[in-house]
Amino acid sequence: MTGGLRRSRIALGLLLILAGPVYAEEIPAMEKRSGLDFVSPETRNLQADDMSNPGMLWIIEGERLWREPVETSGASCQGCHGDAAKGMRGVAARYPVFGEETKSPVDLQGRINGCRRERQKAPAFAFESEELVALTAYVAHQSRGMPIAPAQDNRLSPFVENGRKLFQQRFGQLDLSCASCHDEHWGKRLSSSPIPQAHPTAYPLYRLEWQTLGSLQRRLRNCMIGMRAEPFPYGSSELVELELYLMSRAAGLPLETPGVRP
Amino acid sequence: MTRILINVPATARQGEIIEIKTMIAHTMETGYRLNATGAAIPRNIINRFVCTYDGEEVFSAELFPAVAANPFISFTTIAVKTGTITFAWTDDHGTTETAVAEITVT
Repeated sequence: MTGGLRRSRIALGLLLILAGPVYAEEIPAMEKRSGLDFVSPETRNLQADDMSNPGMLWIIEGERLWREPVETSGASCQGCHGDAAKGMRGVAARYPVFGEETKSPVDLQGRINGCRRERQKAPAFAFESEELVALTAYVAHQSRGMPIAPAQDNRLSPFVENGRKLFQQRFGQLDLSCASCHDEHWGKRLSSSPIPQAHPTAYPLYRLEWQTLGSLQRRLRNCMIGMRAEPFPYGSSELVELELYLMSRAAGLPLETPGVRP
Repeated sequence: MTRILINVPATARQGEIIEIKTMIAHTMETGYRLNATGAAIPRNIINRFVCTYDGEEVFSAELFPAVAANPFISFTTIAVKTGTITFAWTDDHGTTETAVAEITVT
């Protein structure tokens, strides 16, 4: 009797060891796919042709903002950084980076607003404003086609780890985590919509649902609302950590800015 | 600041059918939406688009509230002679935005 019980306990223990942690498996490098692979051919064609990609309207606006001196100080982005095609190539592929001033990660739009406040002596752009989204898209566009290559900086590691925890943490009334869909069920459908792998390869991007260009933070907040969770505020450390983790998770995939998604 | 994208072939043979693509940044506010306080957002859409080729109208369109933001319009015409192709978009405020493209016909 006791021997049988002990044996079954050992078997149960072994089973638990073999089952491993309850975390979802991360997507293997060979299986990583851009969200572009999950959209309809019509939407793919919209993105592929610069003449029909509505995101290009923001690239034009971003280029104007890049060149134009601000009223407060007369400084322009171009004045310091020169031609964006040279100076900004590859920048978006490695962001977010570690901010020396704040001792925390800074994403591209955070850096642009930081530059505006400190170097251009101008008020920061509001989150999701036409200007901030356009300028971010213009800078990111310079890296189109380049593989995502996260900054190799040990100081970022704890923040990437926080981002990973947030990605795997269950939130909200539906008790879902990001990973519940994007690690465990990508390729399947949520209602009629295909579930992509959540690689931020094309931000800021044009969502047909939004009828405008929007940032990755807007998308993350959208998902949280869908999970019936309280979304993190724009510019919060949690959203930047999530961006940081998502970029490390998407390493190697080419940037597409400006993307088009349903 | 209006943003416009137009694509007209720089050169064409006489009699050739050419494809023209246009896109303009516009909210195309339908008039059916409410703002955060429940008040109706006034309608403001581009209601008319006209393309003229050396002064002669070759294509025009009436637009309605079901048209998405940032309307993309593509059409064809025949390359007749070297000249200027003009595009004009007019919205409910009566504002007209224009753009021009040159084409060389051989």
